[in-house]
Amino acid sequence: MPTAIEYFKFLPKTNCGECGHPTCLAFAMQLANQKASVEECPYVDEEAKRTLQESSAPPVRGVTVGAGEGSFRMGEETVLYRHERRFVNPTAYAVAIPDVLPAEQLKALAQSYLDMSFERVGMTFDIDMFAVFNASGDAERLRSAAVALDGMCSKPLMLIGAGAEDLRPAAEALQASRPLLYGADKGSISSMAALAAELGLPLALRDGSLEGMAELVEAARGQGAEDLVLDLGSDSMRHVLERNTVARKASLKRSFKGLGYPLMNLVGSGEEAMKLAMLSTMKYGSLVVFDSLEPQQALPLMTLRQNIYTDPQVPIQVKQGLYPINGPGEDSPLLFTTNFSLTYFTVRADIEKSRIPVWLQVVDTEGLSVLTAYAANKFGHEHVAAAFEASSALESTSGPVVAPGMVAKMSGKLEEAVGRKVLVGPMESGSLPKFLKNLGV
Amino acid sequence: MAKVPMPKEKWSGAITSAALGDGSVRIGGAKGMPFLAFEDPDMPRPLLAGEVVDDLEDFPPIVLDFFGEDAEDPAAWAQRWKEMGADLVCLRLLSTDPDRRDRSPEEAAAVARSVADATGMPLIVYGCGLPEKDAAVMEAVSAALAGHRSILAYVEEDSYKRISSAAIANKHAVLAFSNLDINLAKQMNILLSDFGVQREDIVMDPLMAPLGMGLEYSYSVNERIRLAALNGDRMLQVPMVCDASQAWQVRDCAEEEEGLGDPVERSAWWEFGTALAALLSGADMLIVRGPYAMQLIKEAIDDLGGGA
Ligand code: B12
Ligand code: SF4
Repeated sequence: MPTAIEYFKFLPKTNCGECGHPTCLAFAMQLANQKASVEECPYVDEEAKRTLQESSAPPVRGVTVGAGEGSFRMGEETVLYRHERRFVNPTAYAVAIPDVLPAEQLKALAQSYLDMSFERVGMTFDIDMFAVFNASGDAERLRSAAVALDGMCSKPLMLIGAGAEDLRPAAEALQASRPLLYGADKGSISSMAALAAELGLPLALRDGSLEGMAELVEAARGQGAEDLVLDLGSDSMRHVLERNTVARKASLKRSFKGLGYPLMNLVGSGEEAMKLAMLSTMKYGSLVVFDSLEPQQALPLMTLRQNIYTDPQVPIQVKQGLYPINGPGEDSPLLFTTNFSLTYFTVRADIEKSRIPVWLQVVDTEGLSVLTAYAANKFGHEHVAAAFEASSALESTSGPVVAPGMVAKMSGKLEEAVGRKVLVGPMESGSLPKFLKNLGV
Repeated sequence: MAKVPMPKEKWSGAITSAALGDGSVRIGGAKGMPFLAFEDPDMPRPLLAGEVVDDLEDFPPIVLDFFGEDAEDPAAWAQRWKEMGADLVCLRLLSTDPDRRDRSPEEAAAVARSVADATGMPLIVYGCGLPEKDAAVMEAVSAALAGHRSILAYVEEDSYKRISSAAIANKHAVLAFSNLDINLAKQMNILLSDFGVQREDIVMDPLMAPLGMGLEYSYSVNERIRLAALNGDRMLQVPMVCDASQAWQVRDCAEEEEGLGDPVERSAWWEFGTALAALLSGADMLIVRGPYAMQLIKEAIDDLGGGA
């Protein structure tokens, strides 16, 4: 963002007042606070307006790929460290599908990725995108593969080809689905950028040097391609960390516009791919493209992304309340836990596994886990009793109360407070199925 | 040519560097944010400690299968870590727990000595987690490892005096534990300094919460600690130890479950993800449990150019 002084430089300093502000400086200060628009001063010339608009653009441009349900946004980050502010648009993961596969195999491969989906803390983790790769060298083949994939799911596509002519048929056919075109380099920038601009599609650029990339960006913009994604290479972890860091810092801290776009990495497959993907997820990557990805890799990776992109100020939580699980009756046991999502969903899954009907009272601990909440004095017997009261749990049920094993200490006081037998459950909810069976209810 | 500005920071502080073992291993010394060679051209290599326990109850079978019979003997187990490129041994004397085998401090100290003798590597030694017993165990360990500079783990706000004295007596370092909070971390270091522990003898553990179980808190707490240290906060300029083995606490790390893929590989990535987050946020040393994760972490440090 330009400062008041930077704005002031472009004003005529005549203090004529036509903008509705007493002085040019007063106007400049309103501009810097985003409370006024340059348009309001009739004396700023076009050239200056463009310069100012450019420097007031967000430091990292937001780019949307796909259209409709599965579409996602990349970029728009404003900080280097997540304690300053939440990271905005989570890293997207794509897997490559070669266009040489026979139609049936192509669909089967894509389907296997669509089926790779995980439930964690009440959220669904899955693949975000398919990257259709022109392995055949035949533009028609790429088009038909892309059309087939586009018809299968709502995931955005990335089209990978050597030049604009290889991509054109597929890009035209899918224009409405807004695929990402990959990738323009020094040799192909002019025809690729022209194609992207013509169809209004996002375009990925690739160059391993920061200077070279800044030039590609300039060239692409010269052709009217504005929605850019930058691939600075993925040859080593060191380079990914350094280049991503410099690009992001230059954009955020030095107002350098030439690299202010979402960053991406093509990581290949296997161990190297996973290391690079985890690095990119933590260090400013917006898109990671794999040649292949297995569930035992995807789950830890997607969990990492979920962790890094949560709001550092607000733990993910569920509502306080009395939850029936497995169809409980009046005399089913009454368990209780905290409203931290991780805790609630872990406990819930374990109870579901047991198939034994229970009531689960969730206590509002401001999103803290059992021990954390207990240590912070937010999960004492009085809080539990108040939550029972609020949901009328004691009136509507008659079974034994079961406390988490980690807070066994509160059971005596709680028993007094609620006037009902309080049993101490296992430390880990993983042992709940066995515990509930032994209760024999 | 478009000129890209080089956003190099001018840090006013650096992390202390301290010798361990016979002096050939050093911990700390960073002068920039992790692995940014343009900030810190001769960045030190983070250290890796391989975990060894002296009581196998509840220990993950995936790891025990790998070490086989060597897991029965801490010295043999530690030797395996050495062959795999570890810099230190993290020895947990779980058997001293009264609810386990209630081993005496002297017996436990003999185990520590045997590990040091077999490998020559410095140790980071933990007790069983009960403050009273741990203090007695660490006093014995401190004496048994005299002359072989190691790290006594751990001291906390309300129990640090006996272990700190034991460390001072034999020139060991102490691990200052704090709970996921930059101010608590700093307060702990101040407390130890006031007690007479030299800054070179303090390493800190701000609690690395594992992947899927609070990693997001630790990642930011660590970053804030490291930034404050580089910006000149002397009381935070001590090396940071992160315990990646905690990844194994998380249910999805190693459980067998349809649709989650091979647990051996998954657990390696779970621990690796925890470790990489620790390294990128400022860890100067990691504690590692899984052999496959150890290999991946070593490769990643090489690839990041650590120490190159
Ligand atoms: C992440 C974390 C935090 C995060 C908060 C995360 C959150 N939203 O809760 C932050 C950084 C905010 C935090 C803060 C603090 N923390 Co904290 N934190 C942790 C950490 C690393 C993980 C907690 C977690 O997510 N566990 C996972 C969930 C799923 O576990 P859970 O809720 O206990 O649920 C399990 C069981 O209890 C059981 N269960 C749950 N419900 C039920 C119900 C029934 C019926 C049954 C049978 C079983 C059952 O099954 C579940 C699955 O196994 C732990 C250390 C660790 N590795 O455990 C420390 C820990 C819990 N924290 C601790 C402390 C002391 C604190 C602070 C007080 C520190 C301080 N002085 O500031 C603060 C308090 C918070 C505040 N004032 O706001 C201590 C608690 C010590 C104690 N024994 O009481 C711990 C154990 C760390 C330690 N070793 O010292 N913490
Ligand atoms: S209209 Fe333009 S020239 Fe006149 S006071 Fe406002 S800023 Fe200054």
